[in-house]
Formats: sequence, structure tokens, C-alpha cells
Amino acid sequence: MADNILETPILETRGLTKHYGGVHALTNADFALQRGEHVAIMGDNGAGKSTFVRQITGVEKPTEGQIIFDGIEHTFQNPIEAREAGIETVFQTLALADDLDVPSNLFLGREKIRFNLGPFSILDKKAMRDAALAALVKTGVKIPNLMNTIRNMSGGQRQCVAIARTAAFKSKLVIMDEPTAALGVQETAQVENIIRTLKAAGEPLILISHNMRQVFDLVDRIVVFRRGRIVANLRKQDTSGEDVVAYITGAKTGAEYQGAA
Amino acid sequence: MANTSHGIGGLAYDPKKRTRPPELNVLAALVLIIVAFEVLGQLVVGDSFLFNTRDNVDTLFNEQRLQIIILQVAIVGIIALGVTQVIITGGIDLSSGSIVGITAMVTMSFAQVAIVNGNPNPKAIFGDAWMDLPVIVPVLIGLACGLFAGLVNGALIAYTRIPPFIATLGMMVAARGCAKWWSKGNPISFPTESYAAIGKGMWPVVIFVVLAVLFHLIMTQTKYGKHCYAIGSNEQAARMSGINVTGHKVLVYTIAGALAALAAIVLSSKNLTAQAGMGVMYELDAIAMAVIGGVSLQGGRGSIIGTCLGALIFGVIISGFTFLKLDAYYQEMVKGVIIVGAVVLDQWRQTKRGRG
Repeated sequence: MADNILETPILETRGLTKHYGGVHALTNADFALQRGEHVAIMGDNGAGKSTFVRQITGVEKPTEGQIIFDGIEHTFQNPIEAREAGIETVFQTLALADDLDVPSNLFLGREKIRFNLGPFSILDKKAMRDAALAALVKTGVKIPNLMNTIRNMSGGQRQCVAIARTAAFKSKLVIMDEPTAALGVQETAQVENIIRTLKAAGEPLILISHNMRQVFDLVDRIVVFRRGRIVANLRKQDTSGEDVVAYITGAKTGAEYQGAA
Repeated sequence: MANTSHGIGGLAYDPKKRTRPPELNVLAALVLIIVAFEVLGQLVVGDSFLFNTRDNVDTLFNEQRLQIIILQVAIVGIIALGVTQVIITGGIDLSSGSIVGITAMVTMSFAQVAIVNGNPNPKAIFGDAWMDLPVIVPVLIGLACGLFAGLVNGALIAYTRIPPFIATLGMMVAARGCAKWWSKGNPISFPTESYAAIGKGMWPVVIFVVLAVLFHLIMTQTKYGKHCYAIGSNEQAARMSGINVTGHKVLVYTIAGALAALAAIVLSSKNLTAQAGMGVMYELDAIAMAVIGGVSLQGGRGSIIGTCLGALIFGVIISGFTFLKLDAYYQEMVKGVIIVGAVVLDQWRQTKRGRG
């Protein structure tokens, strides 16, 4: 039984489709992610990458299709349900509260409680601090002082906090939507190091990125979206940057996807 | 922040390295204002503001003045505790003064005695069956009144998503109308002895201090407090993190309404009467106390301690102007300057820190 579960993909979508009125933002997306695998999703703006992610993270409800996560079919009503199932997302717009310190941000909405009094439950600050430290160590994030508000931190440090958040809980899948788009060279390197740490720890990851070098550095497989459809599924060693660009621009379409786009 | 901070410093939890709490600045301002009055007092009226200069009582400080300072701000201070929570979540509450008005009227109606000096109560609102009730009845009815008004505020803001300024402005006007309608503009007087005891002597101060300690603990130690700061800081992030933003907002405005009602109970008990015009401008005084105390109108920043210090600054200024025998006009002018000054200082400090 246990072997069986390990062999099933951590995430699988079948015929995932999303229409906004007459706009077909996503059509028939069949996608699978194996356990421990890191996959990049690439494509031009408006190719359907973000739409795809919004369906599997519960931000939107798909028009059609199935989402099978960890062997169970899910219909997420909201991002919280997806998160509770084990899908942690680092959004392009950081979901952080500037005026709170690092532990409070890591545990935002999921605070550890010492004494349950409903909304007035007493916080277990020490446990959150310790768990925050552990999460930061696990991801290799370095923050000068945990107890400062994140308002004064650099973009890279803030992004690291957002990523460490995924490690503070037992997530089964991490999704990052252009995590380094707004970062400098050094900060990008730090975030990429964190992604390598996740790979070494065997945590599956979906990375949305426009950065070809980054993608070839970090992931095992590249899935290309074009005009709402998946047009290529490429193993890193079988492809090249030029090749991927050709798929993105429409010069090429994967053999198995012929006729789809 | 310099790039060199990457990778160095490591993971530290060092309480000593925490940024300086902004409340210290407010405290410094309070001390500075007291010193200013002390100096002006020696120069202008030849008396000490803070210290006891009379020989008949053997105390170091002028206790009478200190008591008056705290007593003056205690009642509006109770409102300011609720307003602080509202502002920290990024909202505003303009209705607290009017909630004081209607609550005082309603509460007093249930706190009347039947017989005044052998004659029937000339200000009676209800029949004899509703007179001489135990003190708990008017108190609970008053609290319910404030809770309801706050609940309406919160529900309007959270569910219809209209700006808090508009929702509470509507409540401000409507609740004042209710207060005037309640007894057709007549004052309501002659409360029972037990009701009058609530606001007697220094009790308003005791009530204020107990509530301040309670809400300080709630804001710093509970999930409720953490969520207030989170919502004020980044509402969308709070929502995405699974915080029930809608429910939380309803709760915050309801608590603010209940605190305004408590202030109304203390005030009407202290004054032994209730009028439709009670609490006019209290909402602005309460907001001013919070703002002077370092509560940011943008939300996310501030504390109960700051608001208490802001309230004390308020009290010191009022008392100081009386002490210097200056007209009340000057009080209001200076209050205005201090409110604007506090916000300017806060913003200046934020931008400086953000760039530095």
C-alpha cells in the first residue's frame, strides 16, 4: 500500500479548463507532478500559467476538470482549503503583513495557541518563535533579527520570509509564482539556494518563471503553456533554451500536443 | 538597508536589538510638556504645576491636580481604547460620541428613582414599574445599546464594504437623532443611588485603568490582537492567510461600541443626568488621543499604552492651561496643533526609517 501511494503523482490535473465568459484562459490541461520533482511552468504573458496555478491553489474554481492531490480528488473552495490539504503558495504579490515580526508572519492565520478562548485565545509566542527559527534553518534563510517588523527588510529578506512560511508547516507541495521577479542578483541567488534546499529535502515544487537560466539551473522538467494550452513537456536534459523559446513563441509544438493548439 | 546585511547576522532572537518602541517618544513628549508647564508656571503665575506648594498637606506632588488630570481623561479614555483597536485594523469610528449620547439617554431612563424628595420623579420616562430597578438592569441595557450600534457599524463595514468613515458617519448622525428623539430633547435625571455610585469619586479612573490593562493584554497576547495588526497592515494578506477578516471587523466595531456605551454609563452616573447632547465631539477627542499616542491612521501600528499616554498628554494640556489661567480657546488651538504635529512626526519617522 505504502509503495503504491509513493508511486502516484503528488499532483495530477485531468482536463483542467477555465473559461472567463467567452475567454478560454485554460483548456484541457493534463499535468502530473511526481513526488520530489521540481517542475517549471513557462510561457508568455497570458499563456495560462497563472490561471493554471489559480485553479490548483483554490483561488478560483475551474470550469471543468479534475484536481487529484496526494491521491485524493479535491475541489478547493478557497486558498485556505488548498493550504490545509498541503499546497503552499508563494504569491507574486507577497502575502505578508509589514507591521508584524517574522514569527507572526509565518504563523499568520495559523497561530499557535496556549489557551483556547475563541477569538481571544492566548498566543504561544515562544512556540511560534522556536518553530519560526526551525523553519528558517530548514530553508537556510538568514534574517538579522527575527523580532523586527518586516517593514524594514529588503525585498529578498521578505521573499525569504514568505518562502520560509511554506516550510513552517508540513506542506506536501510548494508553488512559487515568479519568486525572484522583483529581486536583485544577490537576493535571487539566496532564493535559488532555498529552492535547492527544498530539492535536497525531496519537497516537490512548481516554479513559474521567465528566467531561462534559473529554470535550467533548478528544475527537472519544463512545461510550456501557450494560449491556454500545454504545448510541451520537456525533460531538462533533452532540451535547450532555444528549444523552449521556440515552444513558447509557437514555432514548435510538442508531438503529443499536435492539433491541440 | 544595505546589501551587506545578507547572510550576516544569522538567525538571532535578541530582545535588546528590537527597534525602539514608539511609545517611548510619546512618553518623552509627555514629560516635555509637563516640564514646559512647570517652567511656565514658575515664570508666569509663580506656582508649581506638578509639586505641592501648600503646607496644609504633606505630599510631594500636587495630588489634587494629578487626580483631576486623570479624571478628566478617564471617560473619553475608555472610548479611546475602542477607537485604538478600530484604527489599528485600518478603520475609523466617528460614531462613538453619538453612541455615548443615545446610550446615556436609554440607560438613565432605566436608572431613575420613583420618588424625589417625596414627590414623583419630575423627569420620569417610564411608569413606576420601571423605576428603582437594580443597577445591573440599566448597565446591561446600556451595554446592549452600545453593542447593537457597534454591531451595525461592523456589519455595514464588513459586509457591504462601504468605507468605515461613511458607515460610522451615518451612525454618528443617526444615533444623535435617536438620542434627541428618545425624550423629545428633555434631560433625564435622578438616578438610583447604586447607579450614581458607578461614576462617583475616582471610580471612572479605576474603570479606565482596569479596561486599559485588559485591552493591553488582549492586543498583545491574543489572536484577536494579532489579527487586528495583521488586517491593518495588509488586509489582502490577512484574507489570503485565512484570517476571517469579515468576522473580525464586526467584532472590533462591536467592542468599540460597547466601550462607548461603558463610557456613557460612567459619564451619566458621574453627572447624575443624561442629555441628548452628551458626548458631542468625544469621538474626535478619542481619535486625537490615539493619534497623539502614536496609533497610525493607516492601520497596523499603535498600542493601548500609546493611547493611554496620548490621553495623559490631553489631560495635562487641559489642566496646564487652566493652571496658567489661559482661556479655553487657546486649549483648543494648541490641541489642534498637537494632533497635526503628532501625525506629521509619525509620518516623518516612518519615511526616514523606510529609507534608512
